[in-house]
Amino acid sequence: MEFYNNHKKLFSVVTYLFSILTLFVVIIPAYQNQENNAPLPGYKPLTADEAAGKAIYIKEGCVGCHSQQVRNVDMDKIWGSRPGIAADYAASSRTDFWRNSANLMGTGRIGPDLTNIGARQPSIDWHLAHLYNPRIVVKQSIMAPYPWYFEIKNKAAKGDVVVNVPEEYMRGTTGVVVAKKEALQLVAYLQSLKQIKMPDGTPDPTFLYKPAKKEFTPQGGANGEPELDGKSLYAANCQSCHQENGEGLKGAFPPLKGSPIVNAENIEPFVGIIMNGYDARADFGVMPAIGTNNSLKAEEIAAIMNHERTSWGNTGKKVTVAEVKKIMEFLKTSTASK
Amino acid sequence: MKKNIHSKISLIFTLALITVLSPSLSQAQTDHPVSFFPNKTIGLGLWLTLLIALAVIAVLYFAFKTKRDTKIYSKKSKQDKVTKLNCFLNNLESEEIQVVKENLNNSNSTKKLLPAILGLLFLLPHNVFSQTEPAKRSELFSQPGVLITFILIAIPLLFGIIFMIFKVSRALKHFFNEQNKKDAELLVDMITKETDSLDEQTLNTLKKANDFGLTNSELAGTASAVDDRGLIRNVNDDHDISFFAEKKSAAKRPKIDPQLTRLVLWFLGTAVFWLLWGTSMGEYLGIKYVTPDADSISWLSFGRLRAVHTNSVFWAWATLGMMGLGYYVVPMVSNAPLHSLKNGWRALKAVNIAMVVGNISVMAGINNGGGEYREFIWPIMALWAYGLILTLHNFIKTVAKRTTKEIYISNWYIIASYIMIIIVATLAYLPFLQTGIGETIVQGYYMHQAVGMWFMFSNLGFLYYFLPQQLNKPIYSYSLGVLAFWSQIIFYTLIGTHHFIFSALPWWLQTIAIVGSVGQLIAVISGTTNYLMTFKGSFSKIGSSYSLPFFLVGVIYYFTGSMQGTAEAFRETNLIWHFTDFTVAHSHITMYGIITFLLFAGIYAIVPRLTGNEPPKKGVGAHFWMALIGLQFYTIPLMIGGTLRGLAWAEGKSFIESVVLMAPYWLWRAIGGSLMWGSHIVLAYNFYKMVSGSKVTSVKEKAIEILKQRTAASK
Repeated sequence: MEFYNNHKKLFSVVTYLFSILTLFVVIIPAYQNQENNAPLPGYKPLTADEAAGKAIYIKEGCVGCHSQQVRNVDMDKIWGSRPGIAADYAASSRTDFWRNSANLMGTGRIGPDLTNIGARQPSIDWHLAHLYNPRIVVKQSIMAPYPWYFEIKNKAAKGDVVVNVPEEYMRGTTGVVVAKKEALQLVAYLQSLKQIKMPDGTPDPTFLYKPAKKEFTPQGGANGEPELDGKSLYAANCQSCHQENGEGLKGAFPPLKGSPIVNAENIEPFVGIIMNGYDARADFGVMPAIGTNNSLKAEEIAAIMNHERTSWGNTGKKVTVAEVKKIMEFLKTSTASK
Repeated sequence: MKKNIHSKISLIFTLALITVLSPSLSQAQTDHPVSFFPNKTIGLGLWLTLLIALAVIAVLYFAFKTKRDTKIYSKKSKQDKVTKLNCFLNNLESEEIQVVKENLNNSNSTKKLLPAILGLLFLLPHNVFSQTEPAKRSELFSQPGVLITFILIAIPLLFGIIFMIFKVSRALKHFFNEQNKKDAELLVDMITKETDSLDEQTLNTLKKANDFGLTNSELAGTASAVDDRGLIRNVNDDHDISFFAEKKSAAKRPKIDPQLTRLVLWFLGTAVFWLLWGTSMGEYLGIKYVTPDADSISWLSFGRLRAVHTNSVFWAWATLGMMGLGYYVVPMVSNAPLHSLKNGWRALKAVNIAMVVGNISVMAGINNGGGEYREFIWPIMALWAYGLILTLHNFIKTVAKRTTKEIYISNWYIIASYIMIIIVATLAYLPFLQTGIGETIVQGYYMHQAVGMWFMFSNLGFLYYFLPQQLNKPIYSYSLGVLAFWSQIIFYTLIGTHHFIFSALPWWLQTIAIVGSVGQLIAVISGTTNYLMTFKGSFSKIGSSYSLPFFLVGVIYYFTGSMQGTAEAFRETNLIWHFTDFTVAHSHITMYGIITFLLFAGIYAIVPRLTGNEPPKKGVGAHFWMALIGLQFYTIPLMIGGTLRGLAWAEGKSFIESVVLMAPYWLWRAIGGSLMWGSHIVLAYNFYKMVSGSKVTSVKEKAIEILKQRTAASK
């Protein structure tokens, strides 16, 4: 064929064909999506510190292991309360003359998704210790440590943010570990990562591929009811601070082992702390409203509480779902009335 | 039959690995029953299916064998006596005929053949069949308890079937032996007692015929052989038992322009350097999965090194390797000199400088943003693209100067790949269409077109040149090559978004990507068919070739890797595999199993021709096996672990549990990675040997040299 023997024709056809296909699968969709897109009404631009933190996040290649996208599938529910939508990324634009925009969606989850980390783990103490060496707070973690964002001083000066590092992670040096500006900026960025609520009247997109499992239906407080796996729920929601052995971390996270609140007959303060958080003790970090943030159900909270009340030598009586539910409803009405 | 041995060994290795891993696999399943969405227990179902399949195979085999035996027997038993006797006589040896002659007798009596026994057919296991056929799948069948029960029933059933087959075979054998004995007695009776069917005359004729033999010189005559036309060359007289296959030296070819040779060798040499560098970083990253506290140097931290590894192997090793092979192949198949050597050198420098600067900048923490393989900032990639544009121009001009009428298909693929990667890279680095979700749409396109339209396309082009050249035969079908060419452009361009299924990207775009991933199979199947059919009939050449084993592995991975990619794109599978290490395994199967293996093959195919120096034979064998086995150890554990991790996520297990679950698989990956990395050191050594020219003194060349000196001296 003449066409195949004419390099100008042949390679022009290749160029046009590839360009036209590119136009339809990339250029037009990308154009449409960037033009018809705006951040949700609740969006707040990053502060200077948060933006600097994002630059560090990009610099260190965090996106290689941490995604920032909640897919619209049921298994991603743990990473956010609703699936991600295009508007969530609308504010991402070109960084500077040299660098491209970064919406940091990611393609791998060697580590957890960080879309909603600001809500899931708001504690700065936790983040700083975790950045200095992740294994301080999560024994099994394989994340890289970032000690170059910290310095070791003999004595903390005024205004220094001291990180609580157990001795075994000090590598033989003595002194106090102080967070550099960059570490604080990075944590500020992580704390800013929160899913924005859909505007009023707009329903959340639904999660697909729900498990076919029968939903657990609570039938009052009968003792024969099947119980959820409290240990696993504890690992997912509480363990990173309070540790697997329930002993917490000295100076950062209080122990649950032998805790009077955990073991108390009256479970109201216990449920209250899980649902609304706690920040009354100066010697420990802030407890986030983990129950509300992670939308835990009464059954899940009861399972976690029972795990905590019966492990590590704790001797609390088991609680029932009904009891927890009652307190949760009470808390809801009392916070709503405030 | 070297290929058979190769494939067998790799099969055994694969199986052994699976066997080694299976305890942890099954343990994981019994400890925490991992179930897929509609509550199907996979592990147990798999075992049950396997057992039933084994039983069915055993029964089928036995049925077939019995049927054949009885058929032969019934055919035999239908023959009349005379035919039998003739058949018997025709098979006699001389001495045996003598014995028969001595026993010829006149007495007479008859015996009748026993009728063939019937009733064996009832053993043909129709009944057995219906027993082992899998029951209809029902809700009940997804219950672990039920499955375990079935397995427990199936195991003794399988043993029962095997035992029965053994028993019945023995009975049958016994029966046939008895029959044969009777036949023998009958024959003896015929020989000794019947006269009409046999006489001495016949036997003498038979004996004479039997003793006839040739002198072995009927055709050749007595004159000794002379190779007047010099047809026999390149003969290897050293035969010893070797662990690695003995490789044949490359046939001498007309000299390539030494200037071009130097350029190609520089491209390939720097490519090998970048492979060593990139995979050393990869190896270190693999180790960091196991010991995350290996160092605390910011330049070597995981997030930065990851980009160093991926970008070095993509834009440095594979790109430079492909450019090097391209500079050899394009002028060769155009039958014309390269348009401009100068631009070739410029391109070499541009790409290498870009890569040095890029690696340093990423390690220092300067990168472009979040996109994978897009970590180098635009000035660096602009320099890189400059090298490619120069090369594209160079190639097109060379093709324009061609002395052949047609443009050989290799050049279609190679030049098209440059056109497409330049379009892709330009679009990805221009500051437009990158706001919000647009960046991700471009990113999906960029990362996948780079793989499919650049790395894959160029390498497919090389195959159309190297396979016919190395096998010394034409490509199986030119038309299939043309079909694969256009179908790859049409379908592959669509599939970028399949990296972002279930994300915030438009749903219709995701669907197009999935459809494109399926359509892409047209290109893969036509391509693979073409290559394998070209191999067909020449598999015996593989063992004695430096490059063909690498080519074969590349072609096989081209098929399996691409198929796997399609399988991963479906929504149901993407749900489990996305975000896990399964993807990492897949990218190594494709970028290593296909691209890197084909580049290895190309290097071993042309460098000995360019320099005239063979690589060390054992070195090539070691390189091949370490890379291949290493790749198995790398990918198979990650696929198993990735699947289990995805299932654990779907089950709602806490994230940290899935990290703990992966630990053994990450260890295996580090082991496999070490083997692959070791093979690259061997490659570097082989390459050095091929280029350095410090070869063993050739007796022949030395002798000629001495003779020349003597004649010169005598003058």
